[in-house]
Amino acid sequence: MPGNDEIRTIIVLDVRREAVDISTIYFKDELTQTAKPGQYLMVWVPGEDEVPMSISTINHNGLSSITVRNVGPTTEILDSLQPGTKLGIRGPYGNSYEIKGEKPLIVAGGSGAASLYPLVEAFIEKGIIPTFILGGRSSDQLLFEDELVDLLKEKLVISTDDGSMGYSGYASGYAALLMAENEYDHVYTCGPELMMAKVFYETEKHNLPIQASLERYIKCAVGLCGNCVVGPYRVCKDGPIFDTEMLDTIREELGVSRLDASGIKVRVNH
Amino acid sequence: MSKLSLAVEISGLKLRNPLMNAAGVLGMTPDILKRVYDSGAGAVISKSIGPEPRRGHPNPTLVRVECGALNAMGLPNPGVEYFVEEIQEIKKMGVPIIASFFGGSTQEFADVAYKLSRAGADALELNASCPNVAEELGMLAADAANVEKVTAAVRDETKLPLFVKLSPNVTNIKSIAVAAEWGGADAITAVNTSKGIAIDINLRRPILANVTGGLSGPAVKPVSLRCVWEVAQAVKIPVIGCGGITTGRDAIEYILAGASALEVGTAVMTHGLDVYKEIADGITCYMENNGFTSISEMVGLAHDYENIGVDNACLGMTK
Repeated sequence: MPGNDEIRTIIVLDVRREAVDISTIYFKDELTQTAKPGQYLMVWVPGEDEVPMSISTINHNGLSSITVRNVGPTTEILDSLQPGTKLGIRGPYGNSYEIKGEKPLIVAGGSGAASLYPLVEAFIEKGIIPTFILGGRSSDQLLFEDELVDLLKEKLVISTDDGSMGYSGYASGYAALLMAENEYDHVYTCGPELMMAKVFYETEKHNLPIQASLERYIKCAVGLCGNCVVGPYRVCKDGPIFDTEMLDTIREELGVSRLDASGIKVRVNH
Repeated sequence: MSKLSLAVEISGLKLRNPLMNAAGVLGMTPDILKRVYDSGAGAVISKSIGPEPRRGHPNPTLVRVECGALNAMGLPNPGVEYFVEEIQEIKKMGVPIIASFFGGSTQEFADVAYKLSRAGADALELNASCPNVAEELGMLAADAANVEKVTAAVRDETKLPLFVKLSPNVTNIKSIAVAAEWGGADAITAVNTSKGIAIDINLRRPILANVTGGLSGPAVKPVSLRCVWEVAQAVKIPVIGCGGITTGRDAIEYILAGASALEVGTAVMTHGLDVYKEIADGITCYMENNGFTSISEMVGLAHDYENIGVDNACLGMTK
């Protein structure tokens, strides 16, 4: 049986509080160490549910992590874990960010910074320092700010919805500004879908290629059940990273609609 | 010599080839079903549609096991009223669509079938093997009298080709198949998943939220193939084979056992959506090597094994 589909038991080794409703959970798992930036794990909270989670650290001296925002019953449990807790995981799953461009712009909104942090590391390994917009609701919601400053220095820029730090407004607005003023050759984004949709439309104005990480209700994670489909694509298998061509294909659904657990189209509201 | 063709006809339903996605596999939206069709299937089958929207079971709903997968999705579906529009959209795309459906009572089965027929589906597949929804009927497919009653009630509501999908988890599948035939089924789909369980030894608990689930993939192929063999002996109507079909060789085995068409599901997990074309190519290769020009010439041939001389045995094997 292929290794990554097998459910492994992990022990939570460390929990770091990032914000009042966001925490990072550290663990050791050999297969997660081989993950590519942008991939995700299915994380099983026994007796509760199994949910897709972006991998936020890939193999820092053997340690990997997921970063969880408390948005529902299962993530509430994950956001309040103690070291020593056992969880089931399978994966890594999905495609990954393709490392492209010499002058990339990365746009992160809220917990979206989780999947983009390994991407930054991959660029730096290639000797490229990307411009990174770290967006959050307020200055106490900026994920991985300290680590990103260390890696990116002045290439890290901040936006907050409430104006408490950096650019005042949405990260997508700041991205539009930067794209107008600077020459980039590739754009990456992960965060609220409405923000990513705006970033996508902006890249079209500048004729820039983009990769965006989409989120849907993932059940099987192996491309069979179809619950996470957007247009002709399965987010679990063909995604979660959508490139320019894929985003163009799903334009009518992007930032507009998604399937609920029963397969009914509902509004995307964030 | 006539030209080789993979086209089949099941009770009036004409398909460009005998392959369909098994119900429950990627049957959620018109766009993804179109992709299944474009990948090489002869027709597509919707998720099982019930009278009301159902969210299904919580995760884990699927776990990969040796040579297959175990799933308990819990029949998530948007409900028949909602799905009517989806069927119309699929029809506009020019994709032949078979609507799989279920109900919790005889009346519900009949009502849902009526609405799906009116929506313009090309055929219906009665899911008689859902283990955990039908309170009035228990697992429908385990009781011949109920299968006949429900099939007959559905038959009264639709003129479309009606397939009845049976479960392998029964003592005597022949008697159930005959009951469906008596009830007015146009074809029997054999078979749904085999009931199973997977346990996490570290956490010491069943992995699926529903505890038990349905096993699919190569692991069940010999069992499902035996079901096709027995059903083909018991009924005069066509049989549609389902269970672990991954290669052209698997497909040929099912056809020789008596299947006129085939459903492929779990192979999409291991081989991707290209698997429909790969299987079709494998069937073509076998037909070329053995001088067959149509699928129907091969259906059920293995039942005549005592009369097949060694001279007729084939040597060119398909991939």
